[in-house]
Amino acid sequence: MNRVHRRTLVLVASLALLLGTVPAHGEADAAKPLEVYAAASLADAFTELGRLFEQRQPGIRVRFNFAGSQQLATQIEQGAAADVFASADERWMDYAKERGLVVGEPTMFVHNRLVVIVPRTNPARIGRLQDLAKGGIKLVLAADAVPVGRYSRTVIRNLSHTEGFPADYAPRTLKNVVSEEENVKSVVSKVQLGEADAGFVYRSDISPVIRRYVRVLEVPASANVVAAYPIARVKDAPAPEAAKAFLDLVLSAEGQQVLERHGLMPLAANGP
Amino acid sequence: MAEVAVRSLRPSLARFGVLAASVLLLGFLALPFIGLLLRVSAGEVLARLARPVVIDALRLSFITSVAATAVVVVLGIPVAWLLATREFPGKRVVEVLVDLPVVLPPTVAGFALLMAFGRAGLGGRALAALGISLPFTTLGVVVAQVFMAVPFMVGPARASFASLDRKLLDAAATLRAREAFTFFHVALPLALPGLLAGVAMSGARALGEFGATITFAGNLPGTTQTMPLAVYVALQSDLDAAVALSVLLLVMAFGLLLGLRSAPAGSFWGRGDARAQGH
Repeated sequence: MNRVHRRTLVLVASLALLLGTVPAHGEADAAKPLEVYAAASLADAFTELGRLFEQRQPGIRVRFNFAGSQQLATQIEQGAAADVFASADERWMDYAKERGLVVGEPTMFVHNRLVVIVPRTNPARIGRLQDLAKGGIKLVLAADAVPVGRYSRTVIRNLSHTEGFPADYAPRTLKNVVSEEENVKSVVSKVQLGEADAGFVYRSDISPVIRRYVRVLEVPASANVVAAYPIARVKDAPAPEAAKAFLDLVLSAEGQQVLERHGLMPLAANGP
Repeated sequence: MAEVAVRSLRPSLARFGVLAASVLLLGFLALPFIGLLLRVSAGEVLARLARPVVIDALRLSFITSVAATAVVVVLGIPVAWLLATREFPGKRVVEVLVDLPVVLPPTVAGFALLMAFGRAGLGGRALAALGISLPFTTLGVVVAQVFMAVPFMVGPARASFASLDRKLLDAAATLRAREAFTFFHVALPLALPGLLAGVAMSGARALGEFGATITFAGNLPGTTQTMPLAVYVALQSDLDAAVALSVLLLVMAFGLLLGLRSAPAGSFWGRGDARAQGH
């Protein structure tokens, strides 16, 4: 009896999971949705851009796949039906370009900077970046394959050559790394939950909600990186016209304003 | 039930149906594995094996999954016994609780574990007072694996206990054997096939555990990066390495299940399986 119940439960649950993975289609005759594969750090900004796009282009729905850029590149390589690819660094866009996965020259559309976040409760009493080299700090970075992970390591190296920082700052700080996360949002949540003492993330990750949970330590501009985000249309995109329109929106003054509102730096503001 | 249906059909048709279903299902199961195996040579797998990251991951996977299985066995078998032999209020809730990790997406489980045993979690503060911290530690990996593996031990063990001949247990009782004595000297040996099935399944689940581990314990080579995590990380940067690691994991899991299946007294598994499946 209750074995039967249990089976039913498992069956229903697995069905639910299966259904959950099937993309929810609207009416059969509606236009193909636009599939945008974008770096996890763009999640908030692009979600708003997506809403804007749907207002402008009635009948076209935008669907996002936010993940680490390295993951998106691999998915597109394996034949995912993406229309647009927006990467958090040139490495993974180059990777896609070399394999002929994107159309035309990728366009840089926004910049980002790194900051360090610590939980509001600040259990390790980190007041300045030098404190990250103290023994026993639980520092969380993204893995080296993730754009922000590589940027973080560059910043740490830069800091060890910066005045006011010890020469062995980099090795000591890297020794404090307790986890290498798969994307930047996982770094944010580990700090937000108070499990990690500190983490390197993008400035754009500090949404108003996140700000309630974390304290932000700025990285001096001299040691910071300028993360440049390229965007491109994917080859054999199922919805090429919509992809083009989406790129236009991202690069338009209005699109750039949206990005700026989410802590990203528009191209113009960051000119040489 | 299946037998009745089969008998009422024309034998040839039924046989064809069974054959077709078997070929379809087995092909579906085998194809991904074959695909993996075709992508790399044995030499390549062995070459990757020698990398420190892989050795670390292998060692860590071995230690943590053995530890997790041991915990699951020691704590799971008494619970299985309880569920198989007793009625008590709230039993349904206990049953669901034990089954829950099967249904829960592992990432959710990992997040829930953080809420419970994280630094700011309910039990985490108590642990911290004892100087124990689970997130980002090898111990945390074991905790995540135990959480996910429990149902795979309790399920078969319980079914196995429940299918024991009551008369044997009653006979022991009439001889005034204490329950503990009956449990260790009558129930445990008789239920062994089902218990071993539980050990194999929960061990395999612990070995393959990914989502709860990366969410709860994090990902650091040598400390928390088990084989599945190493595969995942490699998948994002070095596809060939990922394939080699996957093959390795596949061979290990296959060996584990095959070994336990053919280990002692050949016939036990068939019986244990039939019991574990229930009717």
